[in-house]
Amino acid sequence: MIQLTGIEKSYTTGATSLKVLKGVDLNIKEGELVSIMGSSGSGKSTLLNILGILDNYDSGDYRIDTQQIKGLSETEAARFRGQFIGFVFQSFNLISFKNAMENVALPLYYKGVKKKERNRRALHYLEKVGLKEWAHHLPSELSGGQKQRVAIARALITEPRLILADEPTGALDSKTSQEVMDLLKEINKEGKTIVVVTHERDIAEQTDRTIMLKDGMVLND
Amino acid sequence: MERLNEIWQSIRTNKLRTFLTGFSVGWGIFMLVLLLGLGNGMQNGTRDKFKDDAINSIAISGGQTSLSHDGLLPGRRIKFKNEDYDLIKKEIEGVEKITARVAKWRSFSVSYGDKSAAYRVRGTHPDHKFVEKTIIRQGRFLNELDLEQNRKVCVISEQIEDELFDGESAMGKWLSLSGTTFRVVGIFVDEGSEGENGILYLPITTAQVAFGRADNIDRIIFTTGEASLEETQAMAEKVRQMAAAKHHFSPNDPRAIHIRNNYEEFKRISDVIDVMKSFFWLIGILTIFAGIIGVSNIMLITVQERTKEIGIRKSIGASPLSIVSMIVQESILITGIFGYIGLFLAVVLLELVAKVVPNTGAVISNPTVDFTTALWALAVLIVSGSLAALIPSLKAARIKPVEALSAD
Repeated sequence: MIQLTGIEKSYTTGATSLKVLKGVDLNIKEGELVSIMGSSGSGKSTLLNILGILDNYDSGDYRIDTQQIKGLSETEAARFRGQFIGFVFQSFNLISFKNAMENVALPLYYKGVKKKERNRRALHYLEKVGLKEWAHHLPSELSGGQKQRVAIARALITEPRLILADEPTGALDSKTSQEVMDLLKEINKEGKTIVVVTHERDIAEQTDRTIMLKDGMVLND
Repeated sequence: MERLNEIWQSIRTNKLRTFLTGFSVGWGIFMLVLLLGLGNGMQNGTRDKFKDDAINSIAISGGQTSLSHDGLLPGRRIKFKNEDYDLIKKEIEGVEKITARVAKWRSFSVSYGDKSAAYRVRGTHPDHKFVEKTIIRQGRFLNELDLEQNRKVCVISEQIEDELFDGESAMGKWLSLSGTTFRVVGIFVDEGSEGENGILYLPITTAQVAFGRADNIDRIIFTTGEASLEETQAMAEKVRQMAAAKHHFSPNDPRAIHIRNNYEEFKRISDVIDVMKSFFWLIGILTIFAGIIGVSNIMLITVQERTKEIGIRKSIGASPLSIVSMIVQESILITGIFGYIGLFLAVVLLELVAKVVPNTGAVISNPTVDFTTALWALAVLIVSGSLAALIPSLKAARIKPVEALSAD
């Protein structure tokens, strides 16, 4: 489903140019649960941003299905993100002044779904992650694990083809981490493709396949 | 409605910031409306001042010469006669309505039945009602036949009717004035000064006989129709030349006769007020402009503070356009609400001032803003709201989700 061929990316700061990705080749099939590992500076975050169409790349080829993702305008990129991809972040990235239900429903707002329908679907997904009773609580009233589950519900609500999780357990203790991983695995079993970026070996071991990144190259697959 | 909810939520999150933002705009609108109201008040005040007589009137009365002319010594009194009236009526082009007036300095004792009081008496031509803007309430004003036949008729004010007739109608009744009786044919009111409402009008021919004034007149007043300022000035000058030739005084003598061009005075004052009104607009707009810059500044900080939130919104599918419209709508809502409060307070204050200031004779009268002005203020509000948000929202739209999400 996802095809990356010879992806290169460098960042320029002032006079110095730093090549972060030096030709990444990657194939992810529909329904896979894949982890990307690497030490900091290996380029794994950059790769995730490119996969999520949050950042563009210098050369190479990136396709979702047969759709080439290159040179998109911001508006087109926003549309593709809303259509194909759901995000889960290390720091949850919930909007602080919206309650759990409103946070989950927000992606649908940008797709023009009516409020009633939005909230109905949001409650459905909150129930799925076991937080229906917390629908009207603000993020500040939730624990870390609960916040991450709200974020996962938000990622699921647009029914995307691909879930990208950037260190989803990075801010959680080991017990809560396991709960979140169990949830992700469950979602994967329902057929969603999931890519998890992590630096924790025990998280990576729970996925079908681990891709090791080092110095901007795929070390082993 | 949904968008409004979305905006309302983020405004509510930061009450102090929203308040400070809105205050500067509210203050700007408050000042603008206040100044415009005062400007209107000054205009109304001036209009009231000129309400007494027709604005386009010119009044001529005799004076005393101050220059020697044609071998005559200065200090000579110039007195107008009926023939001066006839001459102006015939020779001056553009005269619309014209009347002469004869009056006594002292008041006359007027009585009806056992009641009597002292009133001023004027003898005039029928056109006098136009130049003095007399409003006939009952009956009629004087007419040509009254003058031709030296009829003993009079037109009295409502005030006189109230004072002498005790609630009865005065129409057709006979009043006694220094031993002669006059029939009341009309009752009037005058919107001008208080003094204009204690007057009794007689046909000028009758008055000249009654006062023993032969063919003398005190004053000639005429209106100039639609004539421009320059034309009225030319007419006044022509009258001066004509009178100078006839009465043998120097046309350059400033005291020989007095000519009062009402239109000239009105124009002069209303020109000053027009300038002041434009000045008020300028000050008001500049105040609002300062408000816009304030709002713009605060919105910039807002965008900075909300970088992460905007990043989140973008990562879950918000297009740059939706971010721009979110910031712009927030700004319009803030400026709208606070501007409306400013507008409201200014209108309330103006109404209070209008109540306190006396109705007549004041420099400022009825200092309120009309509906059109309020609409303009509203337009200024909306435009300023979107202007204030323009730069900040474009900045927000340029935020890259990657950078925003890593910002803390």
